[in-house]
Amino acid sequence: MSTANGTPPLLEVLRLRKHFPLRGGVLQRIHAWVRAVDDVSFDVYPAETLGIVGESGCGKSTLARLILRLIEPDAGTVRFAGEDVRGASPPRMKRLRRDMQLVFQDPYASLNPRLTIEDAVAFSLLVHGTPRAEARERARAMLGRVGLDPRLYGRRYAHELSGGQRQRVNIARALVLDPRLLVLDEPVSALDKSVQAQVLNLLQELKAERALTYVFISHDLNVIEYVSGRVLVMYLGEVVETGTADALARSPKHPYTQALFASAPSLDPDRRMERPPLAGDPPNPIDPPSGCRFRTRCAFAMPRCGQAPPALREVGATHEVACYLYEAEAAVAR
Amino acid sequence: MAITTALPDELAARATAPMSYGKTVAWRLARDPATLVAGAVLVLIVLSAVLAPWLAPYDPNAGSIRLRLAPVGAPAHLLGTDEQGRDMLSRLLWGGRMTLVAALTPVVIGFVLGTGLGVLAGYVGGLTNTLVMRTMDIFYAFPAVLLAIAISGALGPGLPNTLISLSIVFVPRVVRVAESATVQVKSLEYIAAARASGAGVRAIVRHHLLANVLGPILVFASTQVSLSIILAAGLSFLGLGVTPPAAEWGLMLNTLRQSIYVNAVVPALPGLAIFVTSMAFNLLSDGLRDAMEIRA
Repeated sequence: MSTANGTPPLLEVLRLRKHFPLRGGVLQRIHAWVRAVDDVSFDVYPAETLGIVGESGCGKSTLARLILRLIEPDAGTVRFAGEDVRGASPPRMKRLRRDMQLVFQDPYASLNPRLTIEDAVAFSLLVHGTPRAEARERARAMLGRVGLDPRLYGRRYAHELSGGQRQRVNIARALVLDPRLLVLDEPVSALDKSVQAQVLNLLQELKAERALTYVFISHDLNVIEYVSGRVLVMYLGEVVETGTADALARSPKHPYTQALFASAPSLDPDRRMERPPLAGDPPNPIDPPSGCRFRTRCAFAMPRCGQAPPALREVGATHEVACYLYEAEAAVAR
Repeated sequence: MAITTALPDELAARATAPMSYGKTVAWRLARDPATLVAGAVLVLIVLSAVLAPWLAPYDPNAGSIRLRLAPVGAPAHLLGTDEQGRDMLSRLLWGGRMTLVAALTPVVIGFVLGTGLGVLAGYVGGLTNTLVMRTMDIFYAFPAVLLAIAISGALGPGLPNTLISLSIVFVPRVVRVAESATVQVKSLEYIAAARASGAGVRAIVRHHLLANVLGPILVFASTQVSLSIILAAGLSFLGLGVTPPAAEWGLMLNTLRQSIYVNAVVPALPGLAIFVTSMAFNLLSDGLRDAMEIRA
């Protein structure tokens, strides 16, 4: 993928793969693999928001952890600002961690119950050698910035805050290191709708203010459409379609993307549905279908879909889809 | 912007800081009479044991043939005398020293070693975990009493050997609790967040892990004190613990048991002491567990 303006990407992910072994029996032998992330590639450019959307269990959270190198990939590379993250030495990695931060999904499990929130935010700074007094000062300023008055909330513990407030603390903890890239793993999905909007607006403000780059993971298409410039659609550990949020909303190509958009709740009575656009659960990622992984639920499945997985093909400027339905179109676009 | 929660300065200045964790625990304990009573009883027992040399009216080992098995309330002997005419009050006070040392030391050793091994096994995982935990399972397979008797029997009687054998009983128990607490906390997202911020293993264990696993381990260890008291007394009772003529509650129970038909009350006193002490430890650990819980 390349952009028109030619700026180098901030984050390059190339053929990233993670399969988790399933062990069983007395000897703990591996008897199956969960293909959480399979050959995923994409680039993220400075100051953009890349949305990653997909059902539960499609490997979104694993992908987030792979990017941050919280788990080691089986294959593939992650490059941050041109530097290979996977090959970084421990001191180099520590430096890189300042530049790429993660906001977690669960606002309850992601804060240490024994730390006051200002200590939780200051901890990241202490790790990087900031003197204690300065770390506390910066943590308090950061809490103020995310909308939690440090005089009122600084000395409180996580369990004394609401879900939305905790998520603000998580954002403050991630941003206090002044990262360039923020990976947001379902940052609002555990929150009420009204609180979601507040947190999303806060994230948009912070992004503009600090020239941040976001990788925004969500299963909620409305949220993804609201925040993202470009969107990556994942199904069972694979990328099935990428494109600008507009292009995807206007003309989703992959049958799965179409179903996703059709199932997004809408206020328009003309778009009301009587039947779900997609039946059944996603197949088990332990033993995914051969060829195209979506074919078991696809209305357009053809015999060849079972033979080999379709590759991502361009169907428009910065719009790619992995589906045999669009082979002819892809040839024309080329 | 409607989303900030900024306060006017005069209001913020008046906002009091919420209670710290330690204060919250103390506040809850202060409202729990059973735990307070248990704590007070324990303080009295520990104090009387520590101060035994000054409190005891007689030498605990000085007997008198004439005054054997004097009843409770006998002149000059408040709690009577034992089968060799030694003052029971003095022996109970001195015996408390010995019993508490024999009971608390193994639990403390078990707490320290068990926490270290359990956190190591839980945090590192993999082969280290298997090695540590399966080794502990070997010890855990034996009933506590049997294991203590077997080890003491092999090592021979005496206080140091009692401490060794009881420590071997308690380390595996604490390791189990520490390991499961560590595995559980390790999978929580705040540990991943700490790793993502670049913290090393030592900083994570010190600031994020230990703070969250020490509470449950401490509560578990305190429940083990009552078992330890009974085991220590039991070993002495069987002649595998502290050796005569030293005063120790289990040993006193053993030597006095033959006199139970002559005087039923005096032989029951060391048993009562064991019962009250282990009961108090149990109540205290129950109360601690409730008070240390984090409630949303």
